[in-house]
Amino acid sequence: MKIAFTTKGTEWDSPMDPRFGRTDYFLIYDEENDELTSIDNTDVNEVAHGAGPRTAQKLFEQKPDVLITGNGPGGNAAMALKQGNIKVFTGAVTMTAKQAYDAYKKGEL
Amino acid sequence: MKISIASGKGGTGKTTLATNLAYLLSQKYTVILADLDVEEPNSAFFIKGKEVQQKKVFKMIPEWDKEKCVLCGNCQRVCKFNAVIKLWEEVLVFNQLCHSCYACSELCPQNALPMKSYEVGKITEFEQNNLHFVEGKLNVGEEQAVPLIKETIDFVEHNFSSDILRIFDAPPGTSCPVIEATKYADYIILITEPTPFGLHDLKLAVEVMREMKKNFSVVINRYGIGNDDAIQYCEDEKIPLLGTIPNMKKAAEAYAKGELLSKALPEIRNAIESVIEKLRTLEVLL
Repeated sequence: MKIAFTTKGTEWDSPMDPRFGRTDYFLIYDEENDELTSIDNTDVNEVAHGAGPRTAQKLFEQKPDVLITGNGPGGNAAMALKQGNIKVFTGAVTMTAKQAYDAYKKGEL
Repeated sequence: MKISIASGKGGTGKTTLATNLAYLLSQKYTVILADLDVEEPNSAFFIKGKEVQQKKVFKMIPEWDKEKCVLCGNCQRVCKFNAVIKLWEEVLVFNQLCHSCYACSELCPQNALPMKSYEVGKITEFEQNNLHFVEGKLNVGEEQAVPLIKETIDFVEHNFSSDILRIFDAPPGTSCPVIEATKYADYIILITEPTPFGLHDLKLAVEVMREMKKNFSVVINRYGIGNDDAIQYCEDEKIPLLGTIPNMKKAAEAYAKGELLSKALPEIRNAIESVIEKLRTLEVLL
């Protein structure tokens, strides 16, 4: 399973970013080879319109199976995510990425 | 003469002033009231009239042709609004985000994104004696108010002689829809409430009007609550104060029932009449 997190940093201890479209970073955890990578999304600050679809497009390039985020994507982003069969889990608002992963594993999200 | 009623802060009485001003003036001559708050038009609650005509408003958006597309991604690169994105084997068009610039369509080497029309809202014209009421209304879920505001103003210009007084009920705030709803007006009335929040947003609205080099004045609604800072501000800035509308529980009750306040409450009628008088003194109205 390849799992993506919306985060404010690039480490397991980084706090989650509750926003999808305007998240600062994505952490991508590949469970099979226990590999953690990150994608910088901070250039989204320059985007006035359509942050959701744009960020979704960026995420799609990584082909994750699961997305863990906070408040849940907005309408446009949700429409884009639906195309890619990415399973979305929300509710990880005040956690670190690690805590969010543990919560996801326990079925709490 | 075209007068726009704008505010900065929402809920300060744009519709109250616009509808009552239009109604009272229509007792003497022909008036057009246009509701340009197309995202949430509510003048129609207070102005009842006979429907004369309705027009659907469309915008042009690209439609993806899967057969012709070679997934080159050019459309996504040229779209400044992220309204067209390529996701693996699919191209998605986000109708609400599209600004109808045609870039993706014109620059597609395969001609796989032809433009088609898409309904975004409606313009309805009503008539009640001397009062012609035109309402622009965006369809639920649509995001772009500006094109429909422009269409609604064009509708008024196209359907009525230019010597008839026009009153525009503008949207709240200070962003693009407000600019669109005020830029064609000869005169702007900013309505506020005497609270810190009301004053804060009045200042923003004043800044916008000055930037656009508009003639404008201020009306204070719900007078009696808050403080006199807004009046002091107008004095300091040499902005004409057209008058005040008293704060009354009865006004809220009548408003909630969809009653026109100048019909329901003599105090409000007097207040609006004195605003009209002041507009005559300032030679905004004849």
